[in-house]
Amino acid sequence: MKGWRFFLPLALFAAFVGVAGYQLTQPKAEFVESAMIGKPMPAFEMRAASPDRPGLSLADLKDGRPKLLNVWASWCVPCAAEAPQLATLQAQGAPIVGVAIRDRPEDVAAFLARYGNPFERIGADDMSELQLSIGSSGVPETFVVDGQGVIRYQHIGDIRAEHVPLLLGKLREAGA
Amino acid sequence: MIAELGLAALWLAAALAALQLVAGFLAVRQGEGDLAALVRPAAVVQGILCVFSFLMLVWLFVRTDLSVKLVAMNSHSDKPLIFKLAGSWGNHEGSMLLWVTVMSAAGALIAFVERRLPERTMQATLAAQGFVALGFYAFLLFSSNPFERLPVPAVEGNGLNPLLQDIGLAFHPPTLYLGYVGLSVAFSFAVGALLTRQVTPEFARAMRPWVLGAWIFLTVGITAGSYWAYYELGWGGWWFWDPVENASLMPWLAATALLHSASVLAARDALRAWTIMLGVVAFSMSMIGTFLVRSGILTSVHAFAVDPERGSFILALLAIYIGGALAVFGLRAGSVAEGEKFSAVSREGALVVNNVLLSAILGVVLLGTLYPLLTEAMGVRVSVGPPYFDPVGAVFVVPMLLVMMVGPLLRWRGDRLARINKLAAVGFVGVLAGLLLAILLGAGVLPTIGLALGIGLAIASLLPLRGRNVRRLPLATWGMVIAHLGVAVALLGMASESAFSEEKLAAVKVGESASVGPWQVTLAAVDPVAGPNWTALEGVMLASYGGGSLTELHPQARSFWSPPQETTESALVTRWNGQLYAVLGKAADGERWQVRLWWKPFVTLIWYGGLMVALGGLLALVGRVREDLRRRYVQRKAGERRMDLAQ
Repeated sequence: MKGWRFFLPLALFAAFVGVAGYQLTQPKAEFVESAMIGKPMPAFEMRAASPDRPGLSLADLKDGRPKLLNVWASWCVPCAAEAPQLATLQAQGAPIVGVAIRDRPEDVAAFLARYGNPFERIGADDMSELQLSIGSSGVPETFVVDGQGVIRYQHIGDIRAEHVPLLLGKLREAGA
Repeated sequence: MIAELGLAALWLAAALAALQLVAGFLAVRQGEGDLAALVRPAAVVQGILCVFSFLMLVWLFVRTDLSVKLVAMNSHSDKPLIFKLAGSWGNHEGSMLLWVTVMSAAGALIAFVERRLPERTMQATLAAQGFVALGFYAFLLFSSNPFERLPVPAVEGNGLNPLLQDIGLAFHPPTLYLGYVGLSVAFSFAVGALLTRQVTPEFARAMRPWVLGAWIFLTVGITAGSYWAYYELGWGGWWFWDPVENASLMPWLAATALLHSASVLAARDALRAWTIMLGVVAFSMSMIGTFLVRSGILTSVHAFAVDPERGSFILALLAIYIGGALAVFGLRAGSVAEGEKFSAVSREGALVVNNVLLSAILGVVLLGTLYPLLTEAMGVRVSVGPPYFDPVGAVFVVPMLLVMMVGPLLRWRGDRLARINKLAAVGFVGVLAGLLLAILLGAGVLPTIGLALGIGLAIASLLPLRGRNVRRLPLATWGMVIAHLGVAVALLGMASESAFSEEKLAAVKVGESASVGPWQVTLAAVDPVAGPNWTALEGVMLASYGGGSLTELHPQARSFWSPPQETTESALVTRWNGQLYAVLGKAADGERWQVRLWWKPFVTLIWYGGLMVALGGLLALVGRVREDLRRRYVQRKAGERRMDLAQ
């Protein structure tokens, strides 16, 4: 039959609808993950975002201990909302390092004084360079990074109470 | 009351769209009948009601009526009026209402003015338009009601995403929407013509102004969007291959191909099935783009209002409309495919090659955009960026540019290459000159090709003017020349930017200087400043080009408080030969400030080129419409004369 080629566009489109429909039915967390998962963190070196904690570099992430890497900012309201959960995570033994996005040292200090400081180290990402390079597009986001500096998991948005066990589990999977 | 009036108008408009669909469908099936007379009036009234509904929403935003959920979520009484207006479409519900408003207004306009097509085809077209509109009304009324009230009015609104609080961006979405939705008209025309098997040159001429209009808006929208991303995001780049950007580029590519194939159909009655197919594909790309951006199925730096549930709704609409149109195409295309024959070396031949290459580029962009989705279904996550798009795209862009150099010089139906050998040689010399220049200046591979082809195409674009009386040249020809020249200009800007940009990241104290390219930039002061709903640190920089006079720059780092967010306001100095781009970072160590500087030679050509392309389209549109009016006038006169003779 000669006319079959006129149905090719329909066939291609049907394939697209199939894949898109399948993806839509997947749980949301499945498909908002960074394309960087399973990849090593890029090399970086950041000055300290606040005077009472050291800065952050790739070497700090490769010290053999899996960590939570929390991307946040003092100007971000959901970051304040997730502070109690970060405190819980720290209390349960999770090592946490922070990356402060486009922030001022005095604001960082004020934020930590008010909402607590669960961070071992806080690097200052003034141009969102590290943030963009690890596939994060907003604050807050939290990454699980294993002891070799490889990204294992990404959590987008604020951490709510129900996410705490999940993150601890991912941390264990990463070798903690 | 205002919100209720708006909602009522929306329901009524939806009912009329249903009437338009049913009456149009029956009229097409049964020929002339009582219902047939209803189709055009229904389309006109539907358009008026929908525009009314949208104006009600705008009014709610102007008054900052915080009892309406959408206003409370997206506006704030502190906001400048212009951004209150923009707030009405700067969100999911409002933008969907704007979309359906533009679409129904366009439908009303066709119903009102379009008299060239056979009445049955027109009714089928309006039925299709009503069908598409109906889905969007359902979407608004059942899943995204913009007029929803809050049980308790809010005390204060949430504000508008600060990134959108920019005059350029406030008008960017409506511009793109006029483009997207203009393509819905082409879609309905294509479906209507398929249903009645009336794919004629008349059909192409009737559809062409709509495609041209949509294409002009898309061109302006993409150009403006690119400039916005360039100065607002503060990264100094002008195109990121982000899904949101691709969502606007894909319909543009399809519309560009459609424009050219519609010309062949109008002039030579060839490429019938292909033109219909592109009419369907162009609007499908608008809808797929909207779906990808709105469903959260792909993540993007600037996607907002993401919601998978709504994604399912849009996907269902996509499946019905695009699937339906492609099914009709599959069934009917065979019976309309025949057209006039032409030889391979001819204007038509060149346009066919150009069409195939444009479609291939569209395929490359579509594949790159969807690839992460496809591989994810197989459990692998990848990201696709410039390393894929640039070289793979170039494989098709380069031959397309070469065809663009030759095509406009060829005659319709059949030509001999020998006739244009001399002309082609002129363009070829241009390519060689560009190549030599680029190699001397030490550009990379792609920029070198870009510079060479840009210069060649600029020369070749002007060649159709050679030996012709430029005062009597049709406007459409001027349009083609200027649009093609615009492509060359934009290409030169892109190549120059990527080959010759210089970047400097420095930490300087107040009073110290940094240099980039021929520029010497001194940080004179850093002061706090306040705007209507933000505060900022503003750098005062003094820039001097090659030791010349000083220009002041004021880059800012802004903090908005409602919602809290930081944005970068870069500062630019534009010279004829390029732009200095400055961004103020944060304090590096108490005394020093991070300063990022770029010198981008001829970068502005990218956007001037884009605007030239749009201007070319506008000239062609004016020319075509004038031509149509004149033809109609002559026909009427001839009719009157016949009547006189008969008496």
